[in-house]
Parts: sequence; C-alpha cells; structure tokens
Amino acid sequence: MEKYLLAVLVDNKPGVLTHVSGLISRRAFNIESISAGYTEEPEVTRINIVVSVESENELEQVINQLSKLIDVIKIVNLSKAESIARELVMIKIRATKENRADIIDIVNVFRAKIVDVTKENVVIELTGQQHKIDALVEVLSEYKIIEIARTGAIALSRGPVPVKNM
Amino acid sequence: MLINGAQAVLESLKKEGVDVVFGYPGGAVLTLYDELYKMNFRHILTRHEQGAVHAADGYARATGKVGVVFATSGPGATNLVTGIATAAIDSVPLVCITGQVGNPYIGKDSFQEADVCGITTPITKHNYLVKDAKTLPRVIKEAFFIARTGRPGPVVIDVAKDVFDTKIEYEYPVKVRLKGYNGDYTGNAKEIDAAVEAIEQAKRPLVFVGGGVVGSDMANEIRAICERLAAPVTCTLLGLGSVSAGTKGFLGFAGMHGSYAANMAIMNADLLLCIGMRFSDRVTGKVSEFAPKAKIVHFEIDPAEVNKNVEVDLRVLGDLRWSLPILRKKLFARAKNFAAEFAPWLEEVTKMQAEHPFGYSEEGDVIKPAALIKKVSELCDDDTIAVTDVGQHQMWAAQFFDVKQPRHFLTSGGQGTMGYGLPAAMGAKVGCPKKRVVLFTGDGSIMMNCQEFATIADNDLDVKVVVVHNSILGMVGQWQRLFYSHHYSQSELKGKTDFVKLAEAMGVKGYRLTKKEELNTELPRILAEEGAALIDVIVPEEEDVLPMVPGGKRLDQMVLGGN
Ligand SMILES: Cc1ncc(C[n+]2csc(CCOP(=O)(O)OP(=O)(O)O)c2C)c(N)n1
Repeated sequence: MEKYLLAVLVDNKPGVLTHVSGLISRRAFNIESISAGYTEEPEVTRINIVVSVESENELEQVINQLSKLIDVIKIVNLSKAESIARELVMIKIRATKENRADIIDIVNVFRAKIVDVTKENVVIELTGQQHKIDALVEVLSEYKIIEIARTGAIALSRGPVPVKNM
Repeated sequence: MLINGAQAVLESLKKEGVDVVFGYPGGAVLTLYDELYKMNFRHILTRHEQGAVHAADGYARATGKVGVVFATSGPGATNLVTGIATAAIDSVPLVCITGQVGNPYIGKDSFQEADVCGITTPITKHNYLVKDAKTLPRVIKEAFFIARTGRPGPVVIDVAKDVFDTKIEYEYPVKVRLKGYNGDYTGNAKEIDAAVEAIEQAKRPLVFVGGGVVGSDMANEIRAICERLAAPVTCTLLGLGSVSAGTKGFLGFAGMHGSYAANMAIMNADLLLCIGMRFSDRVTGKVSEFAPKAKIVHFEIDPAEVNKNVEVDLRVLGDLRWSLPILRKKLFARAKNFAAEFAPWLEEVTKMQAEHPFGYSEEGDVIKPAALIKKVSELCDDDTIAVTDVGQHQMWAAQFFDVKQPRHFLTSGGQGTMGYGLPAAMGAKVGCPKKRVVLFTGDGSIMMNCQEFATIADNDLDVKVVVVHNSILGMVGQWQRLFYSHHYSQSELKGKTDFVKLAEAMGVKGYRLTKKEELNTELPRILAEEGAALIDVIVPEEEDVLPMVPGGKRLDQMVLGGN
C-alpha cells in the first residue's frame, strides 16, 4: 500500500462534506486521514486527504471519482509535487512526580511542547511530519496515554505557486 | 417580478422547456401544487412516487429530454430512491424536486422529515438542499445543466417547505457558473489519431457500442463508421438500437445472455472499439480474461470509467458528440480498403452467428416466450418503443425483439429494477404519443407497480402490456435450477391473481392467450386495437434463457442451448 496526500479544493457549500465522504465510503477507498478547513478564498474549502492505494491505477480512480463531484473544483496530488506536509498531534498522558522529568526530556528531544499540566497529567503538542509524530507516540506508549487527537496531514507545495494554479 | 418560491419553480421549469411533470402531492409541496393548479401546468398524477420517477425516466430515455418529478418530504421522497438509483446507473437525466420540512423544523425529527440529500448522495449526479428562496432560480438552472450535460444523471433538489411560500425578486440566470463543472467534454484529437492508427493495424476489429451512443444521440455516426469499416459490431443491453437489428455484421448484444457470435468475437478480436460503455460485470464475464487477444480502445466521456473494471490500451476521453464525428471523418479520409482487410474476419463471425443464432424450441400447443416476442416484434413497426421489466422476459426481449432505432428499447440495465417497466412505458408514451409503446413484463415484475394501470387508464395512454406469465420468478428459478439443486425457494407464483381482472379493475382492457395459434388469430387484433391493453400470455414455467455465461466464467464458456 502506498500513501498519497491529495489537496482537494471544494466549493464552500452545505452538503460538500457529505458528498466527499459519501463518495469515499461507497467506492470503498482506503482513507488514512481527512481534514477540512477554510482557505484564502471565502468560497473555497480545502480538504486534505491521505489515501492509501494498491496501485497507480487505484489512485487514478480515487482522483477521477472525486473530480466527478460537482462541488470539487480541483485536486492535486501533493505527493507528486515537491511539498511540505505537517500534522498536529495532542497527547494527554498520565504524569506523576516520579516520571514527569522523563516525560519532559522526551518532549524536549522531539521539540514538542507541553501545553497543559495538572497534578496527574500533561498535554503534549507536536507539529511535524507523520513519521515524527508516530515516533513520539511510540516512545510515549511506555507511559499511560489517556487520549490522543491527531489532525491528519495537511500540505502545501514548495515554491510560490498555489494548488489552485497547478 | 416578485413571486413566491413555488411560482419560481414552475417559471423556471417553463424556461427549461419542461412540458410535463410526473408526481404525487403531500404536505411539504402543497404550495407548489397550488401554483401548478393555478398555472395549469401539465402534471401526471401517478399512483406511487416510484411510478412517477420511473415514468420520468422512461420519458427521458424515449425523448432525450430531462424527466421531471415532484414528491413530498419523508416517505414521498424516499419512495423515489429506487427510481433515482435506476436512472443514475443508466445515466438518465432527471430533475427530482422534493419538498422538505420547513426551515425551523429541519434536524428535529419533525413529521415526515428524512435527510433526502444524505440518502440520495450516492445515487445522484448532484443534489441540493434549498433553504433560502433567493437561491432557487440558480439552483434549478444548475440542476438542469448538470442533469443533461456531460454524462447525464439524476439531480435532486430538496426544497424546505417555507421556501415555496417565500416571495423573491425572480430572475432566471442566463448562464451557469460552477467552479468545478463546465459541462464541456472536448478532448484531445491526438487520441483519435491513435485510435485510427490502431484500426489501420487491426485484422480482427470489433465495434462495441454502449448506452453512451444512445444517450448522446450518436447512432448515425456509429452506423456510418460501421459501414465504412465493414467490421462486425455488437452492443451492450443499453446500446440496443444504435445499430439497426438485421444490419449485416451486427451480432446482437453481448454478455451474460448475449449472442454466441458476439461473445466469441470479443474473445477472438484483435481490436475492440468500445464506445460509451462501462464494462459492467454482466458484459465482461470473467473480467481478467475479457478480450484477451484484443487491444482495447475506450471512447468515453467519464474519465472515472476508464480502467475502472478493464484496463484499456488506448483512451479517447470526451463527449461522443465531439469524438465520433472526427473519427468518422478521419476514417473516411484514409485510403485503406478496410472492407477488404476485414472481410475474412467478418465472414468468420457472421458464420458463427448463422450457426448459433438466438434459438428456442417449439413444443406442442404451448406459447414459447421467444416465439411470443418474435411475433410481437413482427407485428410492430420500426418506430415502436419496446420497454421491459426485469427477468427472463427482459433477456428474451433483448434477444428476439428487433430494435431498429436508438431510444426505442428501454430497460433497467445497471440496477435491473423489477417494477421499472409499466411506469417507464407510461412515461415513454407521454413523451412520444405518436409512437406505439409495448411493454414486456413478467408475472413477478408487473406486480411491483401495477397500480400504474390506473394512471394509464385515467390518462388514456395507449400502452400494450405483454405479461410473459410463467407462474414463477423465472430468472430466479433459472438460477435455482442451475445452481441450487432445483430448489424453488420462494420463487413460485402459483397464486390466484387474475391479471386480466386486475387490469380491468383499473380501467385497462385485459386479454389472455394460452395457445400457440392465438399468436396468429388473436394477438394481431389486440395489438391493433386503440387504447391500453394487458395481454396475459401463459407460457411454460421451466424455460431457460440461453446462451448463458455463468457468473465468473469467461465469455467463451457459454452454456448453449436451443437448436
Ligand atoms: C426490485 C427487484 N427485486 C428483486 C430482483 C431479483 N430478481 C431478478 S429477476 C427476478 C424474477 C423476475 O420475475 P418475473 O418478473 O416474473 O420475470 P421472469 O424472469 O419470470 O421473466 C427477480 C426476483 C430484482 N431484479 N429487482
């Protein structure tokens, strides 16, 4: 399975997310993550999809099927272009007097941040590439993780050209 | 012009050239129906919303225009679902306008609320929920544009009840402005050059025509191209009529119950020109061994269809209205004597066709379904629209009814929707009042929308309904005979229903034929009569549709039969 990051520009209209998610489920595409948000244009929403496929052919199917949706304006495969991808994770972890220092060490090594502390827990925030986040989660799994929230990857191409002009 | 939302809907329909709506009223569309009443807009009141949507589908397939449906919220709208799915998979343009509960009631599980956009998203080309009356004209304009351009399909507009009552300053947009869709499917002519080159290289080409040729009204181009090439041609179920039955080199339709010659030609061709088709599993048989010797060229409007089921060698992406005229011109510009080049191949397949035509055997005095359909076909003129339901009779109709023109064979191909036939035939008759319309149905299928006999009678629609009455869900029975040890689990229909009386109860004349000779003594007279009629034709129960490619088998692994 190969993973690809697709930037999907869609009309910012009600029903758009139903159309996109409905299509993904009925075509049985494998989605690793999906996230949506506003863009520099108020009428346009950007959906970032990480899709996992068996072949180039399957990727072509995903792109062609998504392109058919009337409210999809443009799709760019950012894994093919030079691009920078990032994901944000927040991890709530049990932290006691005894292990707090160890946890802080790990946070520093990963250049993550502690954004909330109580007597019993800390919340760690990290932005980075997926493999870095996976590595942090892996290391912290020795401790008691209470919960994790991840945004899924988003990406921009390198250089001045935006996706809408690619 | 200050008008309410309901008037805006009807004004917009007029601007789109809509001359009839099929529908059924209810609470959420009362204002819409009130304006319809005041404007005297033509409306066919079916007896079930499913009838309305299939009728609009039959109307659209027969005329090439967009079929329009009205239904109320909740159950009214959900009753459309089967019909919308049927239209979607066969690329039929529809606009369905459903009432939704009023804005303040949305999302509260209100009376007769259903999430129509949620439900119809996977089975529409696009859908809208209109909550703001001001957007209504734009939405309707877009809906018609989307439904009829590109690869056609159904569009649902779900309108909150209060929108129909809200006054707006009405102006119908002249242009559609959609960021993600412009309806233009002009392709790259180089792809056509590559196709022509492939034809030049071929020795055993086969033209394979799909429903796209019918939907784009390109049958004449196909006929010219086939004539120029003098190559054999086959089609899918939905492609029937693109090439006139009886044309030299036309092998009939291909696939699970297609002709021996068509399926063998696919397996032996060195070039397949696939035009406006989507390689359904009913057509390909075992997909990994479909056309193993052929280079496959796919002419297609929908990029997502290319390489979806079958990997192709060459693609010509674009509207057939763009590509086929260019292909024809380029082929005519070539010096090559294609006819001479392809003659041995054409002879080989026409010989196969002559040796293994669609067949059946006569037995005593009984009426054989195939004989019945052949006889009806003989009695009908070339301009007759044949409509089918789903099952064995559908396949026999495809095998034995001589379809001469595109848009003259209406059948639910992709979904195989039982109950499609009667309302679709009705819609076809509404759209083409001067043409004769004949429905072939089964004793199973006819019961799944038989309420529409009432609509047919009340509107004086002359539809001849031929019930191929075998007292079984025939196609289910055939599979049970072949693959389930002859267990007729819940497929027998040996009930007390009297179809003649059923029709007569709703105001349609009914007849019954039981003996072979009646095909000559009774049938011609009944078909020649004015007005709708049901003809209940008693046929034997155990009759197989053959040839048959069992599921998952190669196209050349047909079970043959007949003689
Ligand atoms: C709505 C629907 N339900 C079930 C089926 C499955 N099915 C396919 S053919 C068939 C039997 C049809 O019987 P009939 O209309 O009597 O036609 P026959 O095959 O006997 O000609 C059935 C049940 C279907 N295609 N559509």
